[in-house]
Amino acid sequence: MAEAAIELIGINKSFGAVHANRDINLEVARGSIHGIVGENGAGKSTLMSILYGFYQADSGEIRVNGHVKAIRTSNEAIAAGIGMVHQHFMLVDNFTVLENVILGAENDPLLMKSIARARSELVRLEREYGLQVDPDAVVEDLPVGLQQRVEILKALYRGAEILILDEPTGVLTPAEADHLFRILRQLKEQGKTVVLITHKLREIMAITDTVSVMRQGTMVATRETAKTTVEELAELMVGRRVLLRVEKGEARPGAVKLAVSDLTVRDARGVTMVDRVSFEVRAGEIVGIAGVAGNGQSELIEAIAGIRAAVSGTVLLDGRPIDVTGAADPGDLRERGLAHVPEDRHHVGLVLAFEENENAILGYHDHKRYAKGVFLDIDAIREAAKEKIEKYDIRPPDCRLKTANFSGGNQQKIVLSREMEQDPGVLVVGQPTRGVDVGAIEFIHKRLIAMRDAGKAVVVVSVELDEIRSLSDRILVMFEGRVVGEREPEASEGELGLLMAGVERRQAVE
Amino acid sequence: MSTPYAKLPAWADYGLIPLLNLVVAFFVAGLVVLLVGESPFRAAAILIEGAFGRGQGIAYTLYYATTFIFTGLSVAVAVHCGLFNIGTEGQAYMGGLGVALTCLAFDSVLPWWLTFPLAILASAGVGALWALIPAWLQARRGSHIVITTIMFNFIAASIMVYLLVGPLKPLASQAPQTRLFLEGGQLPKLNWLIELFGGRVRSAPFNVSFLLALAMAFFMWVLVWRTRFGYEMRTYGFSPKAARYAGISETRIIILTMMISGAFAGMMALNPTMGDQHNVAIDFVGGAGFVGIAVALMGRSHPVGIVLAAILFGMLYQGGAELAFEMPAISRDMIVIIQGLVILFAGALEHMLRPQVQALFAVFSPRSVGIAAAAKDG
Repeated sequence: MAEAAIELIGINKSFGAVHANRDINLEVARGSIHGIVGENGAGKSTLMSILYGFYQADSGEIRVNGHVKAIRTSNEAIAAGIGMVHQHFMLVDNFTVLENVILGAENDPLLMKSIARARSELVRLEREYGLQVDPDAVVEDLPVGLQQRVEILKALYRGAEILILDEPTGVLTPAEADHLFRILRQLKEQGKTVVLITHKLREIMAITDTVSVMRQGTMVATRETAKTTVEELAELMVGRRVLLRVEKGEARPGAVKLAVSDLTVRDARGVTMVDRVSFEVRAGEIVGIAGVAGNGQSELIEAIAGIRAAVSGTVLLDGRPIDVTGAADPGDLRERGLAHVPEDRHHVGLVLAFEENENAILGYHDHKRYAKGVFLDIDAIREAAKEKIEKYDIRPPDCRLKTANFSGGNQQKIVLSREMEQDPGVLVVGQPTRGVDVGAIEFIHKRLIAMRDAGKAVVVVSVELDEIRSLSDRILVMFEGRVVGEREPEASEGELGLLMAGVERRQAVE
Repeated sequence: MSTPYAKLPAWADYGLIPLLNLVVAFFVAGLVVLLVGESPFRAAAILIEGAFGRGQGIAYTLYYATTFIFTGLSVAVAVHCGLFNIGTEGQAYMGGLGVALTCLAFDSVLPWWLTFPLAILASAGVGALWALIPAWLQARRGSHIVITTIMFNFIAASIMVYLLVGPLKPLASQAPQTRLFLEGGQLPKLNWLIELFGGRVRSAPFNVSFLLALAMAFFMWVLVWRTRFGYEMRTYGFSPKAARYAGISETRIIILTMMISGAFAGMMALNPTMGDQHNVAIDFVGGAGFVGIAVALMGRSHPVGIVLAAILFGMLYQGGAELAFEMPAISRDMIVIIQGLVILFAGALEHMLRPQVQALFAVFSPRSVGIAAAAKDG
């Protein structure tokens, strides 16, 4: 085995109570392509951010080419020969390629010399690695694939010997991704080391030499890619933890409450995030939508809840259409019995600067119960808040406390109690237990099951496969904006994992 | 802890830090006074004596404060909705048009207590309408409210100049102002209030619009913290995404909030016109709209804080005038420098001393900063 380009020894990093990296050891051989896979939140990005100097490890050691390095800033990482291509590009949109490449590496007060040097250097890089980009093109006019190439050029221009790519294909079309892989192979042939962070197992198999699997902040395995299989990696990724099984009886699905057909949603850049998605949810069942984050689940539920306009498609709530392509008003939808627990409780579901009781009426502040003419009925609001605090065991039980001072689990309970206590016919829940402590998870799951048993139609979107499996009566898997399969909750984790990773494979279920 | 604004006890947040900022501002101002060769201590004594020493000074201080309460409320109410209304100056100026029209029409037929409510409505109405246009542009066209309101200040100034040298000016007059209002357009003074407490006031412009200012401060508190509209406003101010989620109309909330802000600004016109000069003259606002920004910042956008901050700035105006009179070395411009320093330290550098104060609290009273709790969790 070749000498190690990077060695990480005993890296630990915590954010508050979350142990994002736990005793990580990693060795990346020089001149290899090393993949790091893991579910969302497994700690991949944290680890790479430590390597690139965005975060400091709480303990542990980084060695580059055998020498111990203290990397405290990204400049020190660059000096050590490490370059990073971020998932979200760090480019100045209205600069040219050339200007972006020299940004931060201008060595003179006047740009003339730097530009001339950069231009000749770009020509050389182009020749050696097949990285063709017009140096005078303005970045915002370039397609994403080329923008990414500019990021790679930036790193190489700074003398990077080790290149870290964070989810590089997330924004690329398959053809662009193939081209990227050709470039990465060329880099490898020239002796560069590439670290590829991804959750797409196909890519790992296609391009890496070695692969390391992370799960819940630990490094669970490192394999030679040639000697492993997608199935093994999926299993390692998802893990064999004991399921947080929730006691639940048979579902008794009733009438169709929510019917989504051919729903298409684009984001601000015009990228199709939800692609002709159709499904139905019946009263008395929980439909789980599984998928790796960023495959359109968020946009799907936002469109259904009236927060984000869809491009086309229809959504029927109790048989009556919702104006999803126009100005669907979340307030009206609430009136019609659709409650929504958003994924992002910090910015959408709650106003953190508000007192708890103020958040307990968010979206329902116009209800007669809380209003006295144009005034708020403060007494009624606080009284109602206290009832919910009691019923949902929200701690600390203080309705005057600022919402930001509650823990994640209790904040989520504030949102859930608000939405559930309105007795909605349809409940759409995004990431019900993200950032929620274990004790609260069980409670939240029980409440969701109780809603189902009370005859409500429940949609749960979660990136936690365990959660989807234990809650759902039916599971839809989303990949790249489409529903790629529907499975029973009894389907194996491996099978769902493959669907989530976009691996087309039919299992003979019959 | 990585959050720069960790918890502090409320009294430190709202009392200690503004006070420390003020001390620093006066310290630097003292250095400036020293630089021109005067004693900073004597200057401070003259300033405070001039503002609060005699009934006359107090009356003037409160007269200026009245103006700043209105403009401070105007800025603050928009801040609660996440809007930075720089246009208070222009909205107040246009409010003068409302006063002028009302008084010129009714001062000969109605007593002041009937003209006053009409003038309140007119000034608030014109101010609100003047804020409506930038608000609409922000809500519907995304034109940034800071830019449009600044530009509207210039437009307001031009319109008022045109009106005051043309249509609103008496025919034979050379001065760019309306004719003097008759008794029906003159507000009664409140100087007797100070005399009640033993102060002596020869003549000062302290008038009933001070009471209106206090009433408006109370109104703002009710509006922001006790009405459904205020709730929507604060939701939008803290998190537009949460407002969208809650089904709050962005257009409606921006337009109505800006109109309320403009109405507060417009009412400011009552104080110097009906309350003092008894006419509407060119440039009667004199920068009070911009001082309102500092007042709102210092008062933490809370009505109580705004009233206190307005009195502080009233003191600087009144005491500063005395100082310029008593110490010839300190010119009128020096006073502006001192006021600027207060704005700088109390407003713009509001959080400058925060880390140090926090560190002190962490050392002497960890519990109050929430450190003990965090350590237990970890």
